[in-house]
Amino acid sequence: MINQSNKVLNTNITKLVNQTYQYGFSTNIDKDIIEKGLNIEVIKLISQKKQEPEFLLEFRLKAYKRWKKMLQPEWACLKFPQINYQDIVYYSAPKSQKKLNSLEEVDPELLKTFEKLGISLTEQKRLANVAIDVVFDSVSIGTTFQDELRKDGVIFCSISEAILEYKNLIEKYLGSVVPVGDNYFSALNSAVFTDGSFCYIPQNVVCPLDLSTYFRINDQMAGQFERTLIIAEKNSKVNYLEGCTAPQYDTNQLHAAIVEIVALENATVKYSTVQNWYAGNKFGKGGIYNFVTKRGLCSGSKSKISWTQVETGSAITWKYPSCLLIGDQSQGEFYSVALTNNYQQADTGTKMIHVGKKSKSQVISKGISAGQSKNSYRGFIKVTKKAVGVRNYSQCDSLLIGNSSNSNTFPFISIQNSTTKLEHEASTSKIGEEQIFYFLQRGICLEKAIELMISGFCRDIFTKLPLEFAVEADKLLTLKLEGSVG
Amino acid sequence: MNENLPMLEVKNLQVSINENPILKNLNLTINEGEIHAIMGPNGSGKSTFSKVLAGHPAYTVTNGEILFKGSNILSLEPEERSHLGIFLAFQYPIEIPGVTNEDFLRLAYNAKQKFYNKPTVDPIEFLKIIHEKLNSINMSPLFLSRNINEGFSGGEKKRNEILQMILLDSELAILDETDSGLDIDALKTISLGINDFMNSSKSIILITHYQRLLDYIKPTYVHVMQHGKIIKTGSAELAEELEKKGYEWLK
Repeated sequence: MINQSNKVLNTNITKLVNQTYQYGFSTNIDKDIIEKGLNIEVIKLISQKKQEPEFLLEFRLKAYKRWKKMLQPEWACLKFPQINYQDIVYYSAPKSQKKLNSLEEVDPELLKTFEKLGISLTEQKRLANVAIDVVFDSVSIGTTFQDELRKDGVIFCSISEAILEYKNLIEKYLGSVVPVGDNYFSALNSAVFTDGSFCYIPQNVVCPLDLSTYFRINDQMAGQFERTLIIAEKNSKVNYLEGCTAPQYDTNQLHAAIVEIVALENATVKYSTVQNWYAGNKFGKGGIYNFVTKRGLCSGSKSKISWTQVETGSAITWKYPSCLLIGDQSQGEFYSVALTNNYQQADTGTKMIHVGKKSKSQVISKGISAGQSKNSYRGFIKVTKKAVGVRNYSQCDSLLIGNSSNSNTFPFISIQNSTTKLEHEASTSKIGEEQIFYFLQRGICLEKAIELMISGFCRDIFTKLPLEFAVEADKLLTLKLEGSVG
Repeated sequence: MNENLPMLEVKNLQVSINENPILKNLNLTINEGEIHAIMGPNGSGKSTFSKVLAGHPAYTVTNGEILFKGSNILSLEPEERSHLGIFLAFQYPIEIPGVTNEDFLRLAYNAKQKFYNKPTVDPIEFLKIIHEKLNSINMSPLFLSRNINEGFSGGEKKRNEILQMILLDSELAILDETDSGLDIDALKTISLGINDFMNSSKSIILITHYQRLLDYIKPTYVHVMQHGKIIKTGSAELAEELEKKGYEWLK
């Protein structure tokens, strides 16, 4: 009896899943690339192309040396063929002879791409109150509203620009949260990163606009290694959004990014991501390998860093946005929805390291797995000896769709202080055929049924997203699952 | 619609699941304004029959026809059958976490409105409609903000089914053991709701094990189902006889 129904369910799941990826086009533009492969010469060339100061080249070379000695981590619940790091292009930039002064000078072909993606770099974003920095393959293309932001002393630009213009800040903070040798992928990124975003909010300033970065991998052979650094000075506040897409290729592309956030005394940084990298086709061919290190440092007292992520894309996701809660009464938050379908694999979660007294953290993770996919939550809550009065609340919910998907939870807790109050809740549920039939019998179509159940499941997280992102996320999840159940 | 056409005509219906035949040559005709009670021992195929009528994908119809108001519905999707007017009150209503009853009811209501090209209602308009229905079967408005059937008692779940039936106002209601697990008071309220819903242009199939429901809802016919077919049909008195004698004597 069950077999029969499973068959029916799975056929319909397949239908839903087969929804095509709508960002899968690529753009033909003149590119400036460095030959495949990685060695000291390539790193020197990258640094030279970007006219970087000496200290950065040293930073890169140090990272490269560390990376050479490291091994790709294998503890994650992910299976993929060995990546050939010599078969990747580490620098690919749209060719432009001179430095661009305004968006009008950007290659029209490129602007068309962003139009297709629904990103307008111009006035429209102003209405939405979002300043945007766009990174295409490895290079930042344009940052909007810089002048507007500068009035408040906010710096928002590409990291390449920051390296040249705000050398002191870069020297002080780059690698201060994620040290070059932190892990295999962060070492790789530190050695070869080509661009990314930089953001500095001065003391007592509440950033007047939401800041946003948009990442796009275009080149088939290129890896994207971007680096984001956000510094929030005392009593400042900023909302940061990040979005990503890539064209559809049969080969796997590597993406290894780093995001570092520093929040000083009483500063608040809210970082939201909607990740929609190409996930590969329904047979698991192609797609982005996404190995990202995101970490926030709450160095000042009462500082707060909040990560919200909606992960729907990538063939492989390896990502643990974390908070180092050093300041007393500092707060870390992690809200996540991770959806996997077909042959996608996600191993994602967070680390909350409590050092400050009375520091607090909250973790809410929702994993949805459909098709043949694998979805794991991995969490680490650590309370150090001197951290008195720490509070943590963690909740991990998994939702399975169909009968072939897989969901795991690996919560790890280490408490060294007896005054800690910690709660951990977990649940696993399933969208089954009987639930769907219940909707259908009442005249509600399959897509709507799934949408309702998914958005119900994710409600706690979506309420944390900025409004325009919440709508997008809701739509995205439904789209991703279209045809996948029934 | 042709006046003479029966609401439901089931002809030589054979159904199997994983190649195990469950229904074997089932025949049944139900006219407008009739209430048919189907009784019979456990495992005789009553629930299967109700799900097949609603179009559950797990079952395979290997032979026969199901005509609803004269047209064959076997190729129709469950939601289409629902729109056309087939309602199934489930024996075990399933819990759906994260979705509120209110959203669910409104969506169901609007889906049907849309199907008939009627205007859909917004949440505020809907509240008015649903409150009236809630009153008619003595349900608290607090039900609306709870998730569908989540943490509902057995009685509350059954009551929720009846609420949906009244809201969608379907022509053919199939009630699969709606009386099971209800206390006397709940049974009375639900029966009131069902009688209120019933009229001369509707039909009801009552699947039940107990005579007591039939004290409140008068069936036009009583059928006994065994081994996947109807082996005996009679008037309301048949149910009383079954209550006394059980099913053995029919063999």
